[in-house]
Amino acid sequence: MKEPIIQVKDLVFSYQSSDESLPPHRALRGVSLEVPEGQFLAVLGHNGCGKSTLAKHLNGILVPESGQVLIDGIDTRDDDRIFDIRQIVGMVFQNPDNQIVATIVEEDVAFAPENMGVPPAEIRRRVDWALETVNMQKYRQQATYQLSGGQKQRVAIAGILAMQPRCIVLDEPTAMLDPHGRRRILATIRTLNRELGMTVVLITHYMDEAAQADRVLVMDDGAVVMDDIPQRVFSRVTELQAIGLDVPQPSELAFQLRRQGVELPYDILTVDDCVTALAHLLEA
Amino acid sequence: MIRDITIGQYFTGHSALHRMDPRTKLVLTIAYIVVLFLTDSLPGYLLAIGLLVLCYKLAHIGLKVILRSLKPVIPLVLFTGILNMFFISGDVLWHWWIFRITQQGLYFAAIMSVRIICLIAGTSLLTYTTSPIALTDGLERLLAPLAKLHFPVHELAMMMTITLRFIPTLVEETDKIMSAQKSRGADMETGGLIKRVKALVPILIPLFVSSFRRADELALAMECRCYRGGEGRTRMRQLHMGGVDLAATAVMALICAGIILCNYLPL
Repeated sequence: MKEPIIQVKDLVFSYQSSDESLPPHRALRGVSLEVPEGQFLAVLGHNGCGKSTLAKHLNGILVPESGQVLIDGIDTRDDDRIFDIRQIVGMVFQNPDNQIVATIVEEDVAFAPENMGVPPAEIRRRVDWALETVNMQKYRQQATYQLSGGQKQRVAIAGILAMQPRCIVLDEPTAMLDPHGRRRILATIRTLNRELGMTVVLITHYMDEAAQADRVLVMDDGAVVMDDIPQRVFSRVTELQAIGLDVPQPSELAFQLRRQGVELPYDILTVDDCVTALAHLLEA
Repeated sequence: MIRDITIGQYFTGHSALHRMDPRTKLVLTIAYIVVLFLTDSLPGYLLAIGLLVLCYKLAHIGLKVILRSLKPVIPLVLFTGILNMFFISGDVLWHWWIFRITQQGLYFAAIMSVRIICLIAGTSLLTYTTSPIALTDGLERLLAPLAKLHFPVHELAMMMTITLRFIPTLVEETDKIMSAQKSRGADMETGGLIKRVKALVPILIPLFVSSFRRADELALAMECRCYRGGEGRTRMRQLHMGGVDLAATAVMALICAGIILCNYLPL
């Protein structure tokens, strides 16, 4: 079997407060994780559970206090290979405004390959491909500040794609977007995973986004508390609610009905699942 | 209000001026500024204005845009004009108490005003027809020899790029903060100068704080995209000097020569 692209072993990390007298805040307490190539992983958790800190370890922005993070077998502590790691794992942040460097869309997308020293003709090819993939080619000559939030975020994703990474980590990419923008971003993420076979790590606190992943990791207080396929994770309604998370509405409905004695399966996730199951039940 | 700043605004287009190499445009703009200060004859000025009109026509930029970019300099033009009008000695045309207007004074006032207007309109044309990135790109390459003297050329160009990129973002943010403070009862429209300056404090502080946060996030995002300074960096857009540049340089050289020669015409 192929080696997993991301290997995290007993990762511990603390933030030192600027006030030296205070004890450091422990953000991650022993996280272990393996992500095989091509997987769509969602990381769920409420604010301050350590999910962003985990994300920042995946391309060497932060290095472990103890434990180890291996990206395609490369240790993120290896300073000489840090740019190899960043080329393999691209990172998209929450606020699209603070990730865009250039004033014109295509010039911003070209920023990463320019930094990598890619020859000009190849940069051109990558930029066109990246903009096509996120469906933004018609805006290539536009000024970035004239775009909507969702469009900006797609440009930011294209900027990462132009590096041709094998894995893309998105840290709450939809948190600042309207519902329409959110849907478009999610569709883009699915395309990357399903059609290009890219490994995706999506950090989010939206349940419906996590429900679309192959695997869901739930974090609480710096540790992984659940790690399973979405159907099984979201059937554990009481546990999720105990750590301050909601479940997708269809799962919640199924859960409430089950409590009332209605016999519904445990793996209901989407509205369609719910409708099918209820129709099946009514026919019987 | 702050949205009216047009200096540094780029209009997309495909005119000859847009297609010119930014380096050529930069050099020619500098040449134009120098010539503006060298000339002091009426035909010379007419030529300079004619050149400007021709360029604006070529670039398909309307009169409205020019007027809008000139608006902020009107006080400066009036000030220098009036100063010149009253303080240059010569043949007196009109006088009252200690004020006198001379023929030479009027002439100089007109010349200075035309000079300033040509200066602004000429340099604005550069930014109208050159994308900020192309402009910094051109500047970076023009200054490249200085890098050998350890002058941080790339860093300077990068700073300019980011500045240009964040101006609209920060303008928007300022508007938001102002609305937020107004909705909390801040009064920014009344009172004397000092009171109004003080009223700016609750706008500037949040703006500063957020700028630092933005800078922090931007630096992180740039690192994630493998940014490591100018060394070993390639560019997608290659600069080529072509026929347009040659033609423009030739035209510019001829007109500049003409403008300077006008100084020696027996008028």
